[in-house]
Amino acid sequence: MNDTKPKLNPSSDSGLMLPHTNRIKLLSFPYIIWMAGFIIIPLVMILFYGLTNKENSFTLENLAAIAEPINLQALGLALLLSIISTVICLILSYPLSIILNNIKLKSNSLIIFIIILPMWMNFLLRTIAWQNILEKSGTLNTLLTFLHLPTINIINTPAAIILGMVYNYLPFMILPIYNVLIKIDQDVINAARDLGANTLQTFTKIIFPLSLPGVISGITMVFVPSLTTFAISSILGGSKILLMGNVIEQQFTLGNWHAGSGLSLVLMIFVLLCMAILSKYDKEAEGSNIW
Amino acid sequence: MKKLAVLLIALTLCSAMLIGCSEDTSEKVYVYNWGEYMDPDVRDQFEEETGIKVVYDEFQTNEEMYPKIKENAVQYDVVCPSDYMIQKMIEDDLLAEIDFSKVPNLSNIDQTYLDSSKSFDAANKYSVPYCWGTVGILYNKTMVDEPIDSWASLFDEKYSGNILMIDSVRDAYAIALKYLGYNINSTDKAQIEEATKLLQSQYPLVQAYVVDQVRDKMIGGEAALGVIYSGEAIYTQRENPDLEYVVPKEGSNVWIDGWVIPKNCKNKENAEAFINFMCRPDIALKNFEYITYSTPNKAAREMITDEDIKNSTVAFPEQSVLERCTTFSYLGSELEAFYNDEWNKVKSGTN
Amino acid sequence: MVKNFFSRFYIGIILLFLYAPIIILIVLSFNQSKSRAKWGGFTLKWYGELFQNDDIMRALYTTLILAFVSALIATIIGTAGAFAINSMKKTPRFIMMGVTNIPMLNADIVTGISLMLLFVALRFSLGFTSVLLAHITFNIPYVLLSVMPKLKQLNPNTFEAAQDLGASPIYAFFKVILPDILPGIISGYFLAFTMSLDDFVITYFTKGPEINTLSTKIYTEVRKGIKPEIYALSTIMFVAILILLILVNRKNADKHVPIRK
Repeated sequence: MNDTKPKLNPSSDSGLMLPHTNRIKLLSFPYIIWMAGFIIIPLVMILFYGLTNKENSFTLENLAAIAEPINLQALGLALLLSIISTVICLILSYPLSIILNNIKLKSNSLIIFIIILPMWMNFLLRTIAWQNILEKSGTLNTLLTFLHLPTINIINTPAAIILGMVYNYLPFMILPIYNVLIKIDQDVINAARDLGANTLQTFTKIIFPLSLPGVISGITMVFVPSLTTFAISSILGGSKILLMGNVIEQQFTLGNWHAGSGLSLVLMIFVLLCMAILSKYDKEAEGSNIW
Repeated sequence: MKKLAVLLIALTLCSAMLIGCSEDTSEKVYVYNWGEYMDPDVRDQFEEETGIKVVYDEFQTNEEMYPKIKENAVQYDVVCPSDYMIQKMIEDDLLAEIDFSKVPNLSNIDQTYLDSSKSFDAANKYSVPYCWGTVGILYNKTMVDEPIDSWASLFDEKYSGNILMIDSVRDAYAIALKYLGYNINSTDKAQIEEATKLLQSQYPLVQAYVVDQVRDKMIGGEAALGVIYSGEAIYTQRENPDLEYVVPKEGSNVWIDGWVIPKNCKNKENAEAFINFMCRPDIALKNFEYITYSTPNKAAREMITDEDIKNSTVAFPEQSVLERCTTFSYLGSELEAFYNDEWNKVKSGTN
Repeated sequence: MVKNFFSRFYIGIILLFLYAPIIILIVLSFNQSKSRAKWGGFTLKWYGELFQNDDIMRALYTTLILAFVSALIATIIGTAGAFAINSMKKTPRFIMMGVTNIPMLNADIVTGISLMLLFVALRFSLGFTSVLLAHITFNIPYVLLSVMPKLKQLNPNTFEAAQDLGASPIYAFFKVILPDILPGIISGYFLAFTMSLDDFVITYFTKGPEINTLSTKIYTEVRKGIKPEIYALSTIMFVAILILLILVNRKNADKHVPIRK
């Protein structure tokens, strides 16, 4: 379970060398074929549609469509909302993970269960429930009126969408951070203390750097789905707020596959760019800390 | 460990068999209809009586339905578009002629509606009317302090945040164009742009752009005013008696939805059997009672027992109301794209 | 003490945030009124009607079968792939991991659309099979990434020792390697299962008219008012999973020494 200890296997470069390596390589065939057929080729399809028009001739029009004010605004807004949501998730998750880590529980799987459990209820339903809570005459406002407090009207505004994103993707931030925190060797922290580091120093010099892989994978897992969602914004935004995902979805429902593919391509490049920047901070980028 | 592996393999085989079994080869008919636009019991009854399995799918707007048929991704047998969309599909050569010898129940349909269908289906060759109605305002009597009779209320700042606007391009533009005194089939780009300006000025006042959701929200008292199809009015009034439906004095859109058979359908005879079944008076009546959209089926209308509904001006508006209303016609692909772009501008809130 | 109180309070707030919508959904499942906007009194009738509602039951069935089969196939392909990648040299390994990361990093909407374009181009009719293929595709990386770390932690000496002691490679594999990586495989399977169960976007783009999963069924119903039977169903599912998890957890807690030191 303990990843932070030095690896027993010195040849981490090439991993575990089982005998009959060649035969083991055969095992990769189904995987390679699958990935080629269902990841690479479909992406080529998007590339093809995105770079052609209805007459199947080459064009950059679909890509250039991103510069139209509507699309640019949708991308900008999606970016803004997803960054805000990611930051909020991080701010909420980090202290929570520390607190959870400090409580000595019999089994940490309980915590994971409690946090994953809501995810087993369909995410659209949970989002609809938020609509119920936030509506003008919804649960929250009924409660506030009952307590003679002013009512809150955030449904169909960007604030509601941010709330929806934070709600839906919070577990994706909590779990990776918690997972790296519990693996930090207590001895390292004690050593730092013995050497005279105060709490703040221990945190900034030891705990935070060690937890960085978890933070990075948490950011990835919150940022990407928030940037590209269309369901959350259409349910909590009342179709008044168009994010990038909504624009793309709309193009496809209206049958403009070429335009939709072009915009998807732009979105994809954008996401990959963000990830490339992030992964610079993540040396151990093999995703060993997803959960 | 071996046991586990064996178990896993066994389970896979079992589930594969289950999937295999569920794909039966019996006769089918693929129906593509508006959301909540048919009594589910009617489908069951059709399956029981004919042995043809109904595969049922739903769409929310005509614009969403069209590419599915056009791109041939799915082969539907019966589809229920509105007037202007039927016209477009005929022009684009997507529809098959219906063999009316297989649809004897057509005689139950009131001739009036077949005549008005001629505006989009000139020889009545491609479509059979299913439902018709108007577009109007549903308002909550407790939340407004004046009688609502004009589209002007939808653009009134007094109701800011209390307006549910329709999320369908032609319907939204019909409202703006009628309010401005133009034809809802306007082909004048200057007029359309003027309508865009009006709709953009409405954007900050709108609580949400909705189609089918308007029903629940109005019942729950979420908004004072909502744009709604007449058929939903009776249902919502039943659930919340404070609600009132009105066709504004400037006039509105009157629409007819009809059954059509796409050219690429797989089971044309089943499609015709289905259309015929839908025209049967008892079925049309059952449907009407469930969805409360006005039926063009005169035999079914005579069978309505509830006097209130039989004489309801919402379900069956007076001639004077209908004279204010216009039917959509298809305006060609170039103008259609123009409308779509303009509508997107409105909805994105950019100016 | 103050710190302790604050900690508890904070956990409480987060849990309230996570569970508030679920409480709302459970309450709604007992609501007499069909409209979710008003409370019409307590009833159990939606639970009865749920089992009469063919559409919902079929969607539930499809969702479960889909999750089960796609997770299983993804586990097999992903585990095999993990072994192979693990024994590769650095460069091919890097390429393989890069490709694996694509569906995880890429937006769901792009993955869904790209698969739809593929299926349509191949004239492959959209239906159960297309959705299954799509689910397997986005599930494989989760399995792979759960198994890989376990493989990396393996001590190759035990495998050799087993063989030195006379075990055949196959036997040694089942006796020595598999037990070590099994937790990774199992968590990969459950992760894939959960992802498949909760997926909406990819299913939405790759499904045909004949099938609906719970997600797509709910999405179409969002527009016209959710049927209360759906709330009843999700309440049942939630409670079932809750009980299951509690049972598993209790069993584990009895058996295991705490995982962390």
